[in-house]
Amino acid sequence: MAQLEIRNVTRRFGDFVAVDDVSFEIKSGEFFTLLGPSGCGKTTLLRMIAGFDLPDRGSIVLDGVDLKDTPAERRPIHTVFQSYALFPHMTVEQNVAFPLRMAGKDDATIRSTTRAALEQVKLDDKGGRYPHELSGGQKQRVALARGLVNRPRLLLLDEPLGALDAKLREQMQLELIRLQKDVGVTFVFVTHAQAEALALSHRIAVMNHGRIEQLDEPSRLYGFPKTRFVADFIGNVNMLDATVASTGATLSLALGKLGTIAAPAKEGAQPGQQGVYVIRPEQVSIRAAADAAPEPNQFEGRVYDFLYIGDVTTYIVDLADGHRIEALLANSLPGRARFFDVGDRVRVSWKAEAGAFLDA
Amino acid sequence: MRRSPLLVASAIAVYLFLYVPLAVVVVFSFNDSKLSAEWVGFTTSWYAKLVRNDEMLKAATNSLVIAVVAAAAATVLGTMAGIAMHRYKSRLLPFMVLTPIAMPEILLGVSLLIFFITTFGEESLSLLTVIVAHTTFCIGFVAIIVRARLAGMDESIFEAARDLGATPWQTFRLVTLPLITPGVIAGALMAFTLSIDDFVITFFTAGAGVPTLPLTIYTMVKVAVTPEVNALSTLLMLLTLTLIVVAGKIAPDAIGGKG
Repeated sequence: MAQLEIRNVTRRFGDFVAVDDVSFEIKSGEFFTLLGPSGCGKTTLLRMIAGFDLPDRGSIVLDGVDLKDTPAERRPIHTVFQSYALFPHMTVEQNVAFPLRMAGKDDATIRSTTRAALEQVKLDDKGGRYPHELSGGQKQRVALARGLVNRPRLLLLDEPLGALDAKLREQMQLELIRLQKDVGVTFVFVTHAQAEALALSHRIAVMNHGRIEQLDEPSRLYGFPKTRFVADFIGNVNMLDATVASTGATLSLALGKLGTIAAPAKEGAQPGQQGVYVIRPEQVSIRAAADAAPEPNQFEGRVYDFLYIGDVTTYIVDLADGHRIEALLANSLPGRARFFDVGDRVRVSWKAEAGAFLDA
Repeated sequence: MRRSPLLVASAIAVYLFLYVPLAVVVVFSFNDSKLSAEWVGFTTSWYAKLVRNDEMLKAATNSLVIAVVAAAAATVLGTMAGIAMHRYKSRLLPFMVLTPIAMPEILLGVSLLIFFITTFGEESLSLLTVIVAHTTFCIGFVAIIVRARLAGMDESIFEAARDLGATPWQTFRLVTLPLITPGVIAGALMAFTLSIDDFVITFFTAGAGVPTLPLTIYTMVKVAVTPEVNALSTLLMLLTLTLIVVAGKIAPDAIGGKG
């Protein structure tokens, strides 16, 4: 059931509205992510949940109790900071034992619980080290162990993987998922990295200008973005200006000089309505102009450029009317680095059920 | 990189200018002559004489008591001020705390004198007024050093302590204080050295009954620069130098030097 409820929370700094009437619920045991660009309000929201800041309006309710009179140190909520914030004058063991000491546990309990927490993050041999003697990944794991050692109701993670290099980051992502599953503590994760959010989360709230644009499961967020911002922010997307021509079982969209395409129906769409049609590059298929059979949603163009990434190649195709569209082709055939060259005449097409019409 | 001879020469000249007078004092404190003008022979008798001089011992005791108490008080208050300046980022606070440092000493001395006399009467001038006066101008130095120490720290460390269940007091005791301790000790040593050799402010606030080392030296010099004065100055120099070196080792970021 709902473990944390954010009810109409607003936070202003002078004229700037950092968090604007936000409401949502987080379920027990969930890996929940607040995703958005810097300045979208995600960190402000996290700080209010932790108790470092208070909402101007609205309430934050944990397990049915309003937290407005509970200071940070009495909330059963711990934070893993972006900088890790390990105590530099304490050993790894003392760092991890800190929350237990503050909770007034006896020495024997502190010792055994600390050891178990260090084992869980595979640092049981580093207990006597000081933070400055550890690598970035090890510091990260100490911060996690310290945050989880006395089983908080919530663990807040503020861009904890931001300081790690790409390879280590991927490894830590897997470890985070495993750890969260093992301890069963609800995670609230803050990040601006959309790929990270998709990989880790059960549900994601995409934030922009202090508001939640869309709250959904990763696959729905990626596959069925509800707003232009979400479509653009998560993954790559082709965005074409469109006007609704007719509504019905499928939507008929006028794409300027390109003509009309068929798109999935959208609730509330009215003929004449302006908006954008969005479609992911991997949903756009590309083939040589000569061997293409006529299909709906098919357009002729010329390869403007391509980006060879290894596993896939992104082709950037100039359509006849000046629109530019990206198509993704998997390089699954051995030895075939690419299929088309700059200047090749090609046809791009996509299925009528792909893509979506969104408000501008 | 090749250094220009002119640069080397001017550097040497500046160092000579700074240190020759000090060296002269040290050298002549070992001179076996009542007149300081020429070198006669080596002796430590001036130091022995110094130790037997009751007036001098009383002055030394006064100076030590003043320096220890004033340094202790300034350390506590200055640490609090340093933390407050760091935490609240107020514009007014540093101005208020640091003004006594920038103020000409004579001004501070005179104003303190007027304050003590008009508020508590002429007979109030005593060891206590000197201690209060010294504390006043030492607070700012301690505050600067403590703030410099805090400035380099990750703010989220203190939030992490709160977050993990520490009360504000526990956060201070278990996290903040251990982390700023080098700055606090350096500040205390700095305050001690500033207090023990202060003349101007002491002169105005001490009244008649409280001779301190600098005041006594001044009185002796008025008659003649005796080797005894040299010996006393040398000891004072040694003490000050030791404390500054120690303070620099403890908090290099705050007191120049490396870092």
